[in-house]
Amino acid sequence: MPDTLVALYVFVLACFVGYFVVWGVTPALHTPLVALTNAISGIVIVGALLVTGAGSAGATAKALGFIAVLLASINVFGGFLVTNRMLAMFKKKEKK
Amino acid sequence: MEITANTQALAYLLAAVLFILGLKGLTHPASARRGNLFGMLGMLIAIGATLAGKEVDSYGFIVAGVAIGGVIGAVLAARVQMTAMPQLVAALHSFVGLAAVLVALGTYLNRVESGGLTPVLMGELSAGIVIGAITFSGSVIAFGKLQGILSGAPVVFSGQHLLNALLGLVTVGLAVWFGVNQSLWALVVMTALAFVLGFTLIIPIGGADMPVIISMLNSYSGWAAAATGFTLGNNLLIIVGALVGFSGAILSYIMCRAMNRSILHVVFGGFGGEEGEAPSAMAAAAQKGVKAASVEDAIYWMEDADKVIIVPGYGMAVAQAQHALKELMELLEEKGVEVKFAIHPVAGRMPGHMNVLLAEADIPYDHVFEMDEINPEFATADVALVVGANDVTNPAAKSDPSSPIYGMPILEVGKARHVYVIKRSMRPGYSGVENLLYYQDNCSLIFGDAKEVCEGLVTALKGGGH
Repeated sequence: MPDTLVALYVFVLACFVGYFVVWGVTPALHTPLVALTNAISGIVIVGALLVTGAGSAGATAKALGFIAVLLASINVFGGFLVTNRMLAMFKKKEKK
Repeated sequence: MEITANTQALAYLLAAVLFILGLKGLTHPASARRGNLFGMLGMLIAIGATLAGKEVDSYGFIVAGVAIGGVIGAVLAARVQMTAMPQLVAALHSFVGLAAVLVALGTYLNRVESGGLTPVLMGELSAGIVIGAITFSGSVIAFGKLQGILSGAPVVFSGQHLLNALLGLVTVGLAVWFGVNQSLWALVVMTALAFVLGFTLIIPIGGADMPVIISMLNSYSGWAAAATGFTLGNNLLIIVGALVGFSGAILSYIMCRAMNRSILHVVFGGFGGEEGEAPSAMAAAAQKGVKAASVEDAIYWMEDADKVIIVPGYGMAVAQAQHALKELMELLEEKGVEVKFAIHPVAGRMPGHMNVLLAEADIPYDHVFEMDEINPEFATADVALVVGANDVTNPAAKSDPSSPIYGMPILEVGKARHVYVIKRSMRPGYSGVENLLYYQDNCSLIFGDAKEVCEGLVTALKGGGH
């Protein structure tokens, strides 16, 4: 099976996982959900690392990759930290 | 230390599992923080495995990029106000989009030199660029509208759909041309057009539809990551992209359902500006006028109540009234009143926005209820207090087929024995529709800023009763 086809298998199956997992998320946490998915979509940083880190990369590719690393890092750090900040605020009624 | 391709693939698999567990953690507030930690761990493993792989052998740019981006991200996350969360999210979406475009362009440049440009690869590159570019410029517009830099009103002009269709077709045409000829100029023009398309797609959509737009752009950012994964033949990116893409798509669906609108209607936009024809039932109701009440009137009924339901809306967020509400809740509870909060799915400017604001004010999440849970309870509530919510309480959605919001599920506030609505003025809500609730016999309006009125309620309650 060619690689692209394997990738397609992975993609379609992951769509189903996403579908079932996300329907389980409580509506009260929809904002943290958006923030968390934002953080993990920072996974494009992997692509950015490959582009800018390749020894053979030319100057332009390196520059593009650098900006991509920077942007994706903002996402990763900003996304996870702000999610954490929000979730820390969700408390049950303290028992007196 | 350099790891083999197989070790790397296993590490990616572990990261993917951790991401799924992370999202799963959001099933309940009690497990949510652990979920977020799983997500962080997954990201750490993914980045570590990439850096240790054989493809990466120069680190200078990487360290600099991560350091600068990390600091910016951390500062943004620590500083942002909870009311401004939709803006932050829009900004972050735009970064993912732009990063996806840059990665695709960089990959192209690297492959041109090393060879290995196949038509399939170029198709995947084009998809990554187009989705990424639309995500970027669309998110920039959304950010501008949320931040108030751009007018929140929908921008509608004739031939809009034709223009979008034309732009879309030319973009696809250029992608095909690029795939066949590997021509650089086709790639460049295609990228530029995709940026324009993101702009023209989002600009007509009005402020009231922001929860849908945020969700949609969330979804796009996921598809952009997935397309990047196809380009690089990286299964981790494909999995994450699919998860995020579906998450955004489901949220868009939930938001649309809560407004009784089809996703196509939102995407092709123009809601929130069009004034409906004056509907019949409305005119009759409006003749009766509204009752204005004072803070003391409301307290009179609230302090002896068995149950009070508070309905917060975007007006509460704007006025930052959530802390005053928390104090009100505590004072009422001391008097033995049961206090609950009712939240409509589209209250606020993004999904779940109100829940975060209430949580910020230390209001326990087990006091906060979703529409379907709380609606049967209004009939047994002595007082419903509406704080800066409008359209989501409008009974016209149920009773007036000529109303533009007819069919939208609402919070059935009007069924409570007494309804008090805190409102700045008689201006209609975002939809431009008059709220029939205000003309009901059991409803009174307290005019004023949400925060000031809530503080007034607190003072009156402290001041001793009768």
